Amino acid sequence: MTTPLLSLQGLTKAYPGVVANDQVSFDIGEGEVHALLGENGAGKSTLVKMIYGLVKPDSGIMQLRGQPFAPPEPRAARADGIAMVFQHFSLFDALNVAENIALGMENPPSMGDLASRIRDVSETYGLPLDPYRTVGDLSAGERQRVEIIRCLLQDPKLLIMDEPTSVLTPQEVDILFETLNKLRSEGTSILYISHKLEEIRTLCDHATILRLGKNVGECIPAETSARDMAEMMVGATLQTPERAGREFGEVALDVSGLSVPSPSEFGTALKNVHLTVRKGEVLGIGGVAGNGQDELLGVLSGEIQTPADAIRFNGQPIGKLGPTARRRLGVLTAPEERLGHAAAPDMSLVENALLTGSVREGLESNGFLKWADTRSFAEKIISAFDVRTPGPENAARSLSGGNLQKFVIGREVLQNPDVLVVNQPTWGVDAAAAASIRQAILDLAAKGSAVICISQDLDELMEISDSFAALNEGRLSAPRPTTGLTVDEIGLMMGGAHGMEVAHV
Amino acid sequence: MDLGEINPILLVASLMVAATPLLLAAIGELVVEKAGVLNLGVEGMMIVGAISGFAISVETGSPWLGFIAAAVGGAVLSLLFVLLTQVALANQVASGLALTLFGLGFSALMGQSYVGVKPPSMGDIHIPVISDIPVIGPILFQHDPILYVGIALTAAVWATLKYTRIGLILRAVGENHDAAHALGYKVIKIRIMAILFGGACAGLGGAYISLIRVPQWTEGMTAGVGWIALALVVFASWKPWRALLGAYLFGGITVLQLNLQAAGVAIPVEYLAMSPYIITILVLVILSADKSSAPAALGRTFHASH
Repeated sequence: MTTPLLSLQGLTKAYPGVVANDQVSFDIGEGEVHALLGENGAGKSTLVKMIYGLVKPDSGIMQLRGQPFAPPEPRAARADGIAMVFQHFSLFDALNVAENIALGMENPPSMGDLASRIRDVSETYGLPLDPYRTVGDLSAGERQRVEIIRCLLQDPKLLIMDEPTSVLTPQEVDILFETLNKLRSEGTSILYISHKLEEIRTLCDHATILRLGKNVGECIPAETSARDMAEMMVGATLQTPERAGREFGEVALDVSGLSVPSPSEFGTALKNVHLTVRKGEVLGIGGVAGNGQDELLGVLSGEIQTPADAIRFNGQPIGKLGPTARRRLGVLTAPEERLGHAAAPDMSLVENALLTGSVREGLESNGFLKWADTRSFAEKIISAFDVRTPGPENAARSLSGGNLQKFVIGREVLQNPDVLVVNQPTWGVDAAAAASIRQAILDLAAKGSAVICISQDLDELMEISDSFAALNEGRLSAPRPTTGLTVDEIGLMMGGAHGMEVAHV
Repeated sequence: MDLGEINPILLVASLMVAATPLLLAAIGELVVEKAGVLNLGVEGMMIVGAISGFAISVETGSPWLGFIAAAVGGAVLSLLFVLLTQVALANQVASGLALTLFGLGFSALMGQSYVGVKPPSMGDIHIPVISDIPVIGPILFQHDPILYVGIALTAAVWATLKYTRIGLILRAVGENHDAAHALGYKVIKIRIMAILFGGACAGLGGAYISLIRVPQWTEGMTAGVGWIALALVVFASWKPWRALLGAYLFGGITVLQLNLQAAGVAIPVEYLAMSPYIITILVLVILSADKSSAPAALGRTFHASH
């Protein structure tokens, strides 16, 4: 066997209280697409940060083409041909595309030359992009193109991609894969991090699986089933949420002809949105982030006021009611952002339970708080939803993402809502916790509640929703029954490929 | 009342002098805020600069050494802000307020023996030929050198932010410090440099008051110019030329209302005295109605946690 491009041997990195990587070893060959698989917290991000020079390993060695490789900082890693596309985009909203790209280069040419090189590369790889547009105005897919082009301009030998498809439509994913395949054929190696197993099966040559910081196995993805890979990741047998057949009741929530401007500068206005959801029904709303999801949640929760008639709950107009009044009626919401929107990070779980539960659970009287009742409500959430925490007095911030998400969803579910709206209920949550959250949503619907689930995870929506609609630039498509929908149809509902074209050359 | 007593040439010439301390402090703070740091200690750094510059130029007899000392004094005080906010990661608003209170008290202590002393004069530059042009000459070309330094600094800051790589990196740090860190830029180091620059500029502005505009030393003589500089940066939408415009507008109306008072205009003095603040704010609010907004990371503490 020839010398691998990058060889990792016994890499170990410990943080106080947790070993993020424990003796991880694997090789990445030249022109190989290598997948790195694992749950949240399995140590994938720490590992790539070591390769990219952001974190120094405690022990272990890396070799690049047989030479010792220990980048002290990202600059050095870039100089050696390592490029990285970040999971949370490392872009600057107020700067334009060319400025953003210049920031990621060691010796950028003048802005004029850079702009023409950006145009060249973007055409070669089928990623059209205007160098002078402000990044804050770009869609998620376009922002990712900025990151990829920034990497490609440096002729990387190894391209690291951290969860690149989580924000893309299926068509955009296809285009991305064409680009990556073209890069592979030119001899560039790719380290591809994802937990979307079907993608890895189509794209990757080789996979390394991490669990709790350890390398627990390798496989050839094309020859391994997605279920086997998932069980290697989790280390246990997976349970698929069960959906009981059920009858839908009458219409619980009816939104008609709703148009509202976005409260934020880079937000998306909602345009003529119609939707109805019946008792016992789960309506899934898909779409790429930034197409009006936050605004839709704000409108349904009461944070954004609308004409009274635009939103009706059991026939009663509620568009002018604020969140507390809606909660009293039985319309509950769980927003996407856990730290800051759904929960107050520095307050305890008890206090957080009070914040949304006070009205329906009767946790206050005459302006005084009933701490004992609140505490038992918090404990009920913790036990019913298996939230792993030392106790309800702990700050919300101290919980891991998955555990806090279980708490946030559980808090709303246990208040017996008539209508529950959730945004990204399993975002950043590992497979086992995600399965239990989905099961809770399905159980709630089975008891006769109407549920609206806004999510970017199409697999999740296919799994739990009865009907599916897509948000695209603030417009909501007509809902269709989930059974029988194909990925292509969903992609078209989501607005196709946003002007992307397939790589030609 | 006799408006004819107001000499328009002298008026315009003296508005530039009145505006310069404000301009210097605002340009420094603009750079600091562009790097994502909110330093409310401008007033404190100005007054420390004012007394440092005053003391050194009295002791050495050289106004130039005085201005250098003022810049150093302002920067040294801003070093305290650096320690608090960039090393100890303290709250920027509280640290900035502390800096102002400390600066006011400390300068009063330093300046006790300088009350009533007259500093050496810097003298104006008379640029040959063009300073003899009628009207334009006395207005534009017969000033002290520091006034031109202020204008040159505005141009330099504008060009640096817009056209150079270091300016781009500075803006990037102020926009999204996490992303800048992920790309390998030294966020803390860049912010420290910006804060020191802001301190030096504020110190120069303070010394301009004590050495040229007034010129003498009294306690608390900056009289809120530092706070106006802070407001000016916001209303100027973090744009150097707009800060210059705002400073000149403020300086101009200050001088004009003093002249009007002297001429005995039948408007109550209180209204005249408040006019510079109101008019400057009005104009800049109208100007800042466009889309450009604050650096996104302004006032947020950066900690490189992996």
